[in-house]
Amino acid sequence: MSAIKPKHQRLVLLTIALVALIGAGLLAAWALRNQAAYFYVPADIVADPPEAGRAVRLGGMVEKGSIKTAPDGVTIDFVVEDGKARVPVRFRGITPDLFIEGSGVVAEGRMEPGGRFVADNLLAKHDENYVPREMAEMTKAQATATVAETR
Amino acid sequence: MIAELGLAMLWLASALALLQLVAGALALTKRGRELAGIVRPAAVIQGVLSAGSFLALIALFLRTDLSVKLVATNSHSLKPFIFKLAGTWGNHEGSMLLWVTVMAMAGGFIALFERRLRDDTMLATLAGQAFVSLGFYAFLLLSSNPFERLAVPPPEGNGLNPLLQDIGLAFHPPTLYLGYVGLSIAFSFAIGALVTRDVGPAFARAMRPWVLGAWIFLSLGITAGSYWAYYELGWGGWWFWDPVENASLMPWLAATALLHSSTVLAARNALRAWTVMLGVVAFSMSMIGTFLVRSGILTSVHAFAVDPERGSFILALLAIYIGGALALFATRAATITEGARFAVTSREAALVVNNVMLSAILGIVLLGTLYPLLTEAFGEKVSVGPPYFNPIGAIFFVPMLIVMAIGPMLRWRDDRAGRISGKLALPALAAALTALGLVSFAPTIKPLPFLGMALAAGLAVASVLPLVGRDLRRTPLPVYGMVVAHLGIAVALFGVGSDSAFSIEKLVASRAGESHKVGPWQVTLRSIEPVAGPNWTALEATLAATYDGGRLSLLRTQSRNFTTPPQLTNESALHTRWNGQLYVVLGEEADDGRWQLRLWWKPFVPMIWYGGLLVGLGGLLALIGRVARDMKRSRAEDKIAYRRARQGR
Amino acid sequence: MSDPTPTRRNGLWLWLPLALFFGFFVLVMFGLLRPADRNVASAFVGKPLPAFDLRPAVPERPGLRAADMATGQPRLLNVFASWCIPCAAEAPQLAALAQQGVAIDGVAIRDRQEDVQRFLAQYGNPFARIGADDVSAVQLAIGSSGVPETFVIDGKGVIRHQHIGDIRAEDVPMLLEKLREAGR
Repeated sequence: MSAIKPKHQRLVLLTIALVALIGAGLLAAWALRNQAAYFYVPADIVADPPEAGRAVRLGGMVEKGSIKTAPDGVTIDFVVEDGKARVPVRFRGITPDLFIEGSGVVAEGRMEPGGRFVADNLLAKHDENYVPREMAEMTKAQATATVAETR
Repeated sequence: MIAELGLAMLWLASALALLQLVAGALALTKRGRELAGIVRPAAVIQGVLSAGSFLALIALFLRTDLSVKLVATNSHSLKPFIFKLAGTWGNHEGSMLLWVTVMAMAGGFIALFERRLRDDTMLATLAGQAFVSLGFYAFLLLSSNPFERLAVPPPEGNGLNPLLQDIGLAFHPPTLYLGYVGLSIAFSFAIGALVTRDVGPAFARAMRPWVLGAWIFLSLGITAGSYWAYYELGWGGWWFWDPVENASLMPWLAATALLHSSTVLAARNALRAWTVMLGVVAFSMSMIGTFLVRSGILTSVHAFAVDPERGSFILALLAIYIGGALALFATRAATITEGARFAVTSREAALVVNNVMLSAILGIVLLGTLYPLLTEAFGEKVSVGPPYFNPIGAIFFVPMLIVMAIGPMLRWRDDRAGRISGKLALPALAAALTALGLVSFAPTIKPLPFLGMALAAGLAVASVLPLVGRDLRRTPLPVYGMVVAHLGIAVALFGVGSDSAFSIEKLVASRAGESHKVGPWQVTLRSIEPVAGPNWTALEATLAATYDGGRLSLLRTQSRNFTTPPQLTNESALHTRWNGQLYVVLGEEADDGRWQLRLWWKPFVPMIWYGGLLVGLGGLLALIGRVARDMKRSRAEDKIAYRRARQGR
Repeated sequence: MSDPTPTRRNGLWLWLPLALFFGFFVLVMFGLLRPADRNVASAFVGKPLPAFDLRPAVPERPGLRAADMATGQPRLLNVFASWCIPCAAEAPQLAALAQQGVAIDGVAIRDRQEDVQRFLAQYGNPFARIGADDVSAVQLAIGSSGVPETFVIDGKGVIRHQHIGDIRAEDVPMLLEKLREAGR
């Protein structure tokens, strides 16, 4: 390798670096388009459902009276609604502390072919409710997020 | 009285920072040369004053002086001593004060001890440090005064957030902050070097201990944060690619690149412009990270106090410092002369590849973190998670691992591939054997964990090879540091691969007395009983677990109900063996009296954090080695100077 | 000056980091500015209060029912707790509002009677009624996610405005204005 002139060697390294960095940028752009999980509310899901199996997030309110625990004790079914549409959701796991009927929830998971949403993870909004004064702004930001994400 | 004293010291420190900046800048001009003498003392006094201010805040917290707003909102007289202490920095104002205190003390330290830099570069560096500090002083004094008094002191404080009342978390944020501050010192050095166009080995050597220090803290901080998320969130995962986590990872990636490129600059006087650039980038990543976390611009699973107003302030600082530094770079870098040349097969070239790959990963993480913001600009809400970060990051991580195995064996400047190919057979063999073992015992393993574990085995062997054939007693400490840190990466990677390939999860609703099988474990739910702590009540589940029919071990997991303020947390229970961890989380009670239990058997998962600790230890060894050598050299130089002075007389 | 030396060609590349940083800056500025205008309307503003009936939090004041709020006059509904420091901080502002004739009802969140009594004794009691919400049911039902929060309720019992966080002195005129609007 040392037979190559120093100037060319520098060029080789520079080319490798450029190719790697540009490659990283292009790859990232391509992957982000394909792998980012889009946020849906029930109305979106009913109007234009995402393809089954694609990772998405579903946000809305847990419908009153809809939470039902299966006989195995760990599978729960409930309905997420946004006032316009309802989507049945199945989740296996331990629910977050503030997962209550009538409160906001964001479910991470995917649609099944039958029109049911299977959640891998539930994020209950309204965590961190009680905040001291210095964190008072957080309620605002969280309320913003909740409002933005649940409507 | 203490609060007023602390505030006064803070104001004085900021005034001295201003003096340090103005005097330093003027001293660089022809007419202001006499001012050079006051820059170093100003830096030292600034450091002492801000330290005094921070001590005052600590005193207020330890005495639980409720007339101070910050204490009243964040502390409680019944809180254990250690959490009172941690409460000092467990909030926005206190953590910012800690930040500027460490920064000012580092400035004072440089002013006292740093002798390698050219005088003008030194002045520019200290002026740069004062410039950065000033922004944070302004931030503290104008928008987040930690010493503000309350007109009517409340009868009792508001406690720490119970989620934050955790020993790991008490020391986790300051660890990351120390890392960020270290990078701000590196940034000051880069600014100083750019201003005087004095980018050379002396600059790299002066900057390197600070980068190393920052890197150690960041490595430990990330390791601790990951472990905290692992046991505290109760989701069984250890890394979620959450904005808060990415905010700590990005400075680490940049600091790692900077560490390696400054080694090239120090040893071989090459990669000059690139190293300066990285010095700027590393600090901008810590500022960007702080901004993303504090502004609440990205929502995160980790609870954090966010405040758009403070976000804007940090953004303004970011624009001034980073925008300014990058503009300075753009105008000055073209005039930095080209450094020494090297061949494609050389240690330098390997380190260049390492830098390129780290930069690529950094870019990928940054893009992924910011992408939700970008799509939101077009009205689309998305979240970016492991399906993006894992494979795309791996594309660049894998070549980096290979270079990491080869690089340390290459010679500086120029080498022949043939010389080291014999040595490389061993790691290649280790990787191949591991791959073979995995394929035969776990044919269904997914490609990424497979690749990760095989490469980890190869890298583990390769990382100790630089010690082979050396006189171990005369090998310098930094070489040991490198070996240990690289080994740490291999160990962590093996843990990661094993966790994602072999974890077994079981979710059950269980009555007391029922038994469940998770991998080699047999876990029995013994009882569920109420227990009480100082400021919480809890339901505690006791579980008995046996591994392969062996000895019985008891695990306790709680779902805690805190009273001030009311909050519910789930404590996970862990049982660690040499070959993995059993992880149990107690869920809710079902209507029929059964309890939800989530059980995991995670083979070799603790290796992730052992690896992280090794990385930190490696950094520490290198730092000790470097500093000891610097001290020895400066003492020798002092002696020579002293002798000359006496002879001159 | 005329020949393009390598340094000059490099010169353009060197501006790239700054350009990238500028792109980042524009992006986050956009992100920072955006939430501000999303903040205005909460999901519950414009909706009537849900039905609730809370027992009295202290013996000195009656409890609170949703029907009590529809009195034909606009009122404030303050969500507070004795363990909440910002609630103490906003007490002077609430007192000032009460002094100007504003009717204020309170909901005490997850609180004990003796704690609420101590809180009111220390910081004043501007409330006409105080309901005890032991499980945050009402709080969640009206879309409040923390303490303190203050709602402007019009004469028909419809939520007209939500104020999140403590009422600072500068917020008082705004609340009075909202009350006036609700009264129209």
